[in-house]
Amino acid sequence: MRSLIDILELSTAELEELVATAEDIIADPQKYAHKCDGKKLATLFFEPSTRTRLSFEAAMYELGGNVLGFSEAQSSSTAKGESVADTAKTVSCYADIIAMRHPKEGAPLVASLNASVPVINAGDGGHNHPTQTLADLLTIHRKKGRFDNLTVGLCGDLKFGRTVHSLIAALSRYENVNFVLISPRELVLPNYIKESLKSKNITFTETTDLQAIMPDLDILYMTRVQRERFFNEEEYLRLKDSYILTPEKLYNAKTDLSILHPLPRVNEISVAIDSDPRACYFDQVLNGKYMRMALILKLLEVC
Amino acid sequence: MTVDSIKNGIVIDHITAHKGMKIYELLNLDRLNASVALIQNAPSRKNGRKDIIKIDTDFEVNTDILGFVDPNITVNVIREGKIVKKKTLELPERLKNVIKCKNPRCITCTEQEIDHIFTLADKENRIYRCLYCESAAK
Ligand SMILES: [Zn+2]
Repeated sequence: MRSLIDILELSTAELEELVATAEDIIADPQKYAHKCDGKKLATLFFEPSTRTRLSFEAAMYELGGNVLGFSEAQSSSTAKGESVADTAKTVSCYADIIAMRHPKEGAPLVASLNASVPVINAGDGGHNHPTQTLADLLTIHRKKGRFDNLTVGLCGDLKFGRTVHSLIAALSRYENVNFVLISPRELVLPNYIKESLKSKNITFTETTDLQAIMPDLDILYMTRVQRERFFNEEEYLRLKDSYILTPEKLYNAKTDLSILHPLPRVNEISVAIDSDPRACYFDQVLNGKYMRMALILKLLEVC
Repeated sequence: MTVDSIKNGIVIDHITAHKGMKIYELLNLDRLNASVALIQNAPSRKNGRKDIIKIDTDFEVNTDILGFVDPNITVNVIREGKIVKKKTLELPERLKNVIKCKNPRCITCTEQEIDHIFTLADKENRIYRCLYCESAAK
């Protein structure tokens, strides 16, 4: 029995296997419509995240399975003081697989150590969110057909952006991936991640100027500058508009650039870009569902 | 300065000067029902000054704690007044309930029952990370 807590728990071979399954689901969804008949997914959302929960639920329904769960801590027994470990043991009696979102870092790991069914981390605070990374990776693979030989720009909040950290970790395992880190000085990528890139001889560039490096990029991964990450409002207001993508800024971009964003966006990407064929962020949402389907199949060993 | 030599027990020797008290606390020696001597700033043949802890009882010492605080330590086991065993230490791969995670967003800060586990992430720089949230130990 396996769980998925951190994206790096998947080897590159397993990752490519999930991508292949997702591609097959996209090609022939009917073939998968009854793979999880009689199976139940428990969505334990200790903090609300409607889009992630809906994605998991849609994934399970499209596999023929059922869904049970809750979407806020107040309605669960945690409100009465139950531990994550006890919740995991209890829910294991009702469900075949668990997707857990929790505001505390490491809570899904605690659940996986106590559950008798697979646990999928659906986001633990600012720490990990592996199924978002799976969505990002499928999107890149569908657009580029590869994970190697890419110049990947990551823009916005690189300090706290967990999706950025996980994507870097996942792509670092491929040949000739060059990272371009675009952020205000206050929100640069943490040192320990840069150290780890250096130790693997992976090339990266740090810059504050999105426009100047635009022509180099194969992928541009935009992120939200989150209000709750700032201690003072003034600093947030000053920085949040620094890196907004507008159609004018794309004038020197490659014609086959892929623009990604984990969503929801505030204003980092102008709505005018949505109709540009290079915008992939709504594909990402759909790809997230397909990868969650592939992952559920893998962890339930029904494929 | 002399402290009575011990008959049966252990001597934790070559502790980096001023780290003795920390080890005393981490090993909970204040709760031990035996004579314990903490000698600080003793002259050392190896390097300048050192701390020494002598425990006058058969004591199962947690070498993970010692290795984490100070891998230069040697542990001498004394029987009938003689050293019968000399242990040198290594940096432990895993620490269980030795240090606590200080990240307020970590699940171990909310739920008291969970074991505090750290793993050695970077041997060269002696960096340990929390198993749950990956924060570096300080
Ligand atoms: Zn922690």
